[in-house]
Amino acid sequence: MTEKVIGKAPGLYKEFVRKGGSAPTATHYCPGCGHGILHKIIGEAMSDFDIQDRTIAISPVGCAVFAYYYFDCGNVQAAHGRAPAVATGISRARPDSVVISYQGDGDLASIGLNETLQAANRGEKIAVIFVNNTVYGMTGGQMAPTTLVGEKTSTSPDGRDPRFSGYPIHMCELIDTLKAPVFIERVSLSDIAHIRKARKAIRKAIEIQSQGKGYAFVEVLSNCPTNLKQNAEQTIEWINEHMEKEFPLGNFRDTSNDVDKIEKIYSDFSVESLDEIFELEKAHIFDTKSGGNYAARRLKVAGFGGQGVLSMGLLAAGAGCFAGHEVSWFPSYGPEQRGGTANCSVVISDDPIGSPVVQYPDILVAMNRPSLEKFAADAVSGATIFYDSSAGQFDPPDGITAVSVPTIEIARKAGSEKAINTAMLGVMIQSGVLGIGKTHFCEALKVHFAAKQKVVDINLRAIDLGSEWARENL
Amino acid sequence: MVKTAEKKLTRPVINVLECKGCGRCIIACPKDVLEMSSELNERGYHFVKYKGSGCIGCGNCYYSCPEPLALEVHIVENDKEQK
Repeated sequence: MTEKVIGKAPGLYKEFVRKGGSAPTATHYCPGCGHGILHKIIGEAMSDFDIQDRTIAISPVGCAVFAYYYFDCGNVQAAHGRAPAVATGISRARPDSVVISYQGDGDLASIGLNETLQAANRGEKIAVIFVNNTVYGMTGGQMAPTTLVGEKTSTSPDGRDPRFSGYPIHMCELIDTLKAPVFIERVSLSDIAHIRKARKAIRKAIEIQSQGKGYAFVEVLSNCPTNLKQNAEQTIEWINEHMEKEFPLGNFRDTSNDVDKIEKIYSDFSVESLDEIFELEKAHIFDTKSGGNYAARRLKVAGFGGQGVLSMGLLAAGAGCFAGHEVSWFPSYGPEQRGGTANCSVVISDDPIGSPVVQYPDILVAMNRPSLEKFAADAVSGATIFYDSSAGQFDPPDGITAVSVPTIEIARKAGSEKAINTAMLGVMIQSGVLGIGKTHFCEALKVHFAAKQKVVDINLRAIDLGSEWARENL
Repeated sequence: MVKTAEKKLTRPVINVLECKGCGRCIIACPKDVLEMSSELNERGYHFVKYKGSGCIGCGNCYYSCPEPLALEVHIVENDKEQK
């Protein structure tokens, strides 16, 4: 005589340390809550399909945020609504993984609605288990996107009024407008007959994932015994008589028998691939002379976007690297690529650099009048200011040297008016304020414009002509 | 056949400490063999009790129970023949 046992919740941990204490195998959920039922069904499916070792469950925000205390598989917790993005990343980085995203109505149908539809539309290999109980449970029973018309919640105390807050969102129907999903079904956890149907649908969705066939979406109508103040009988009546009227149950789509395993184009995360993407083969590894006697320089380069101020800062920082110093480069610019203002801070030092921000520069490069006016007052005593001659007459504060440079003329001679930044750099190099030899700037420039030989030549010429101008005029 | 000891029959096994007394299993049971206790468990909940006979091992109570580990159903094979 053998004894068979239905129970033990396969696929879930044997002890739930979240609650712990006197009841180590009790959940943190309220009495009668549907989450535990659903956890059990999902765990059982993971166990039956023997996929726990390659399953990654995404815990949502909401009461089920602690799902990782229950599901015995890989777990990641995602911020509100971001589960589809996280799931996409996991699914693509680990092509053989089975990704299960477990989300509630506030999470999925409100803040995460866009991500949800985009992930569904891309046909990501994710099983989405969407728990719809018409209310924000964890935060205290506020109105959700799926709250029924007339339903009272803490933020709709007179019942949801569609004139004010619209109508319940139907997620299955929305997702059913998209081409990519393989499986879409709405089920309910009201009573045992519905629970058994729900079990079938969830098993199907997880099976589809285990076969790598694509996006599966199961909406699960559930309860909130605490916020909606329902006992077991009222739960059944609420879901069967009210929720089902608004959210009809049924299968919307199942093409799992007609589709093959999806072979996506996956990202290559091998070391070789990453080295190539970041050009590590070509990159220079610099030995810095920490503790040397180079006096630290704080440089600020400012101007209009498009004048090459960020590049100029990069070249100065690059030269610092080639000269063996510690460097930092820190850009600051508006949303416009051209026409707005931009500036960058460069620190060159023989000591480790604490902050890349330069508030009081030793050297200021101002490519236009506004930059000159804005930053000149911050320059330290003894500083040198290089400014574009187009900025007009400028009287520097006491103790500060100011140099007006006709950058456009120099750049034009070099062959391109765009080279005003390197023309200015040539002047600065020749003045000696940076304390770094010209050859290091030329090395940095060749790396910076490595892909454009013609640009290298023009800019090298601009540096030379700028230096020449400085020899004659400083 | 000789009448087997009661504990060898098909039956629900309830973990009293984990039961929160929601009553979903009582509604789900087709044979009405579960009932709510009048006493409380250590954690202050009423809990579900098996009336002692009549379980057919359908598993409805297990699947409707929100607590994964509070309830299990032990099914004794050939149980029908014993009756």
